[in-house]
Amino acid sequence: MSEQVILNIAGVNKRFGGLQALTDVGIKIMKGQIYGLIGPNGAGKTTFFNVITGLYQPDTGTFELAGKPYSPSAPHEVAKAGIARTFQNIRLFGEMTALENVMVGRHVRSHQGVFGAVFRHKAAREEEASIRKRAQELLDFVGIGQFASRTSRFLSYGDQRRLEIARALATDPQLLALDEPAAGMNATEKLALRELLVKIKNEGKTVLLIEHDVKMMMGLCDRLMVLEYGKPIAEGLPAEIQSNQAVIEAYLGGSH
Amino acid sequence: MDTFIQQIINGLVLGSMYALVALGYTMVYGVLNLINFAHGDVLMIGAMTGLTILKYLNEYAPDLPGYVKLAIAIGGAIPVCMVVNILIERVAYRRLRNAPRLAPLITAIGVSTLLNTFAMMIWGRNPLSFPQLLSTDSVAIGGALISPTQILLLALALISMTGLVLLVEKTKMGRAMRATAENPRVAGLMGVDSNKVIVATFALGAALAAVAGVMWGANYASVQFTMGFLPGLKAFCAAVLGGIGNIYGAMLGGIVLGLIESLGAGYIGDLTGNFLGSHYQDIFAFVVLIIVLTVRPSGIMGERVADRA
Amino acid sequence: MAILNFDTTRNPRKAYSSMAVVMIGLLIFPFVAAQFGNSWVRIIDMALLYIMLALGLNIVVGFAGLLDLGYIAFYAVGAYMTGLLASPQFATLLESLINEYPVVGNSLVAILGPDIQQNGIHLSVWLIVPLAAALAGLFGALLGAPTLKLRGDYLAIVTLGFGEIIRIFMNNLNEPINFTNGPQGINLIDPIRVFGVNLAGEAGSRATVVIGGFSMPSVNAYYFLFLFLCVAVVFITSRLQHSRLGRAWVAIREDEIAAKAMGINTRNVKLLAFSMGASFGGIAGAMFASFQGFVSPESFSLTESIAVLAMVVLGGIGHIPGVIMGGALLAALPEVLRHIVEPLQEKLFGHVLIEAEVLRQLLYGLAMVLIMLNRPAGLWPAPKHEDRPDGDSDTKDQSSGTMAA
Repeated sequence: MSEQVILNIAGVNKRFGGLQALTDVGIKIMKGQIYGLIGPNGAGKTTFFNVITGLYQPDTGTFELAGKPYSPSAPHEVAKAGIARTFQNIRLFGEMTALENVMVGRHVRSHQGVFGAVFRHKAAREEEASIRKRAQELLDFVGIGQFASRTSRFLSYGDQRRLEIARALATDPQLLALDEPAAGMNATEKLALRELLVKIKNEGKTVLLIEHDVKMMMGLCDRLMVLEYGKPIAEGLPAEIQSNQAVIEAYLGGSH
Repeated sequence: MDTFIQQIINGLVLGSMYALVALGYTMVYGVLNLINFAHGDVLMIGAMTGLTILKYLNEYAPDLPGYVKLAIAIGGAIPVCMVVNILIERVAYRRLRNAPRLAPLITAIGVSTLLNTFAMMIWGRNPLSFPQLLSTDSVAIGGALISPTQILLLALALISMTGLVLLVEKTKMGRAMRATAENPRVAGLMGVDSNKVIVATFALGAALAAVAGVMWGANYASVQFTMGFLPGLKAFCAAVLGGIGNIYGAMLGGIVLGLIESLGAGYIGDLTGNFLGSHYQDIFAFVVLIIVLTVRPSGIMGERVADRA
Repeated sequence: MAILNFDTTRNPRKAYSSMAVVMIGLLIFPFVAAQFGNSWVRIIDMALLYIMLALGLNIVVGFAGLLDLGYIAFYAVGAYMTGLLASPQFATLLESLINEYPVVGNSLVAILGPDIQQNGIHLSVWLIVPLAAALAGLFGALLGAPTLKLRGDYLAIVTLGFGEIIRIFMNNLNEPINFTNGPQGINLIDPIRVFGVNLAGEAGSRATVVIGGFSMPSVNAYYFLFLFLCVAVVFITSRLQHSRLGRAWVAIREDEIAAKAMGINTRNVKLLAFSMGASFGGIAGAMFASFQGFVSPESFSLTESIAVLAMVVLGGIGHIPGVIMGGALLAALPEVLRHIVEPLQEKLFGHVLIEAEVLRQLLYGLAMVLIMLNRPAGLWPAPKHEDRPDGDSDTKDQSSGTMAA
């Protein structure tokens, strides 16, 4: 079993005006892990996500993906390097069909431009066909293959979340970063999502996950990190986190 | 042009009018997050209405003193402009409050076109001359000249802006406007009727534009149905320069832009080795806009706002 | 529109036969219309140019969702470039150059030769068209670059500003060096000459063009050329729409942050939208200059930018057949009305109450307001995807919340 470090981040600080959103946050994820990021609201989880995926510029920090340093300066560069993400408030391309959404995910791994678009020579046609094929495969993989030609904003909430995951997978990422994929789901949907995540892990993908459902996270994740007020307060196996005093206080609050 | 001081005076005069119009843009943007593209045409309607009133006055009451006629003209233009602006909001913008932001902008462009067309139908295509009302004896200040019309213009601008500030800071409606601009939903929860606030905002902006329009006509002695477009656009640039949504910013931005234009037009020949002449004056506003939006989008007095993903 | 359907993915046979029907109609049209007088064909010639403009703007506004209010600037670039390189204007330019900067002027004359100093440059249409496309495309990227980080309404105002700046330059670049001949514009622009045939007709032929023994009025000849170009533009934009690039444009339009997160270099893709849209505008401008024989700054005002935008909005933002229809309607209708409504008003009222020019403006304004309020997707929007067979209901009950298919 190869122990390859997929994501290695250290020393991230981020300040917004008067607010220190992140203080010296780091993370180390091994290949094939499902790594969870939890913490009370406002702890800085999404901020950290936005930093590592290039939406915010950190004040300090080192960033390495699969051993190679990457610069989180622009989101599209991060995607090219191999981190794909979903969003807390689903960001699909509403007017496009489900299939087209996933096809956009293939953009970063394809290259036909104006010439190919206009002349549709053999290489362009082949690339387009392979994009379409791969997109359909991914839709089938996440379980919404039959909705390929449906306009994505008319999909059910749960299906939209799956679609966002399929689209992220289309970029062939080294790391799949999911921001609260289970938000707004009922128990049955969460179970199905959990199965999907395990399926993704079994394909060899590495997953970084923000979630609020602590119970689900304990059962699903290989390792967890807890943030509070922008600082990491605990890191380790689920059992360790569950019995960590600082974590319990953070969630329950000192006054309870 | 002439001396440095003359440029400053011209700049202040021009800037005051920009400021009055910029206030309209910035207030509407503050409450609705929308650029009222048709606002420049409200200035034009003000000027044309003023002209029509003055024509009647000159025919039926020619012996009234000039400044009284002017006051009546302004007094008549204000309600007309208010009605026009309120109608625009009601017809074009109200239904599109929750539409993607391009929709109201396109509608605004359509409204602007319609206003221009109606003005063309009513007042004709050609420039019309604005009657001379005040004396032409200019006052000398440090080697430069300022006409009574210009003095009146500056005074009126000052009075209007002061009045607006008092209204916004001290009255109930003003508080409601500021609350709605900051957070419409919470303001609603506090009992503020956002529709009333929006109508009031449009009405106030229109009143200021009416004053600016009539005085523009008086200052330049000529009006035409196309006269609102460029000043409106430049006033918007001024609002952005000062910090969109901020009324003090609009006033400051207007004055600064007026000065930039005036000084720029005066010295551009020297700066470019006579390659560009003062005809290029109109470009300054756009250049300023682009620089502001690139370098400091929040403007002089605006606050930096971070984006949340 | 059920009779004619152009959606090649849904029903290819119907789509192509619809296109064939339309093509045949378009090919015989000028000969039918010419029976009623050349002015009708001339109206359609101009309409074809506007359709090209609308299709170009559709790339920027419709596909990529960038509201460009200064699009007419690219039309101007193509037109004025043609004015400079296919007329005596270059000679005038050289003259003013010699007067102001003799060193530069004289060395240019030495390089270019006395013929150009006398007569100006007269490039053939085969060079003018690609040059116009390239120059306009370059301007597209230049004017688009500062707008890349701006939000919708600011982008609109800045592009509007650029459009105005271009017009101001065209109006004033006649001193000290006479590039554009100022408000008077450039005259005596060469008509188009293809395969040895002068589309304006040989001198003395009273604007009749003879092709292979077959003679037709000059406006008809231009009609076929513009029709060909229009079809080419339709073809190219359609191909662009259904491609990786087209998807990237729509992704940016729908959600720019998500597009970036999926690896799309939004800066480059947006610049491409500006450039491609602009290049079509440039080609249309070049054609316009040659067709009309002169260009002046009046033809490139904000009113024109708004007119083209109205065409895109009225027809169906982003939907190519819709945009063509919008262009045809708003370009031809005012002219048609002028021929009908003005005489009608004369008859009814004794004089013209509403001139055609006013009518034109009214139509544009009303089109934009009414469409945005009532049918924001346009008169002929893209047909919906297969979903929503039952109208407006949600598809919640057809979801798969669980893994079951």
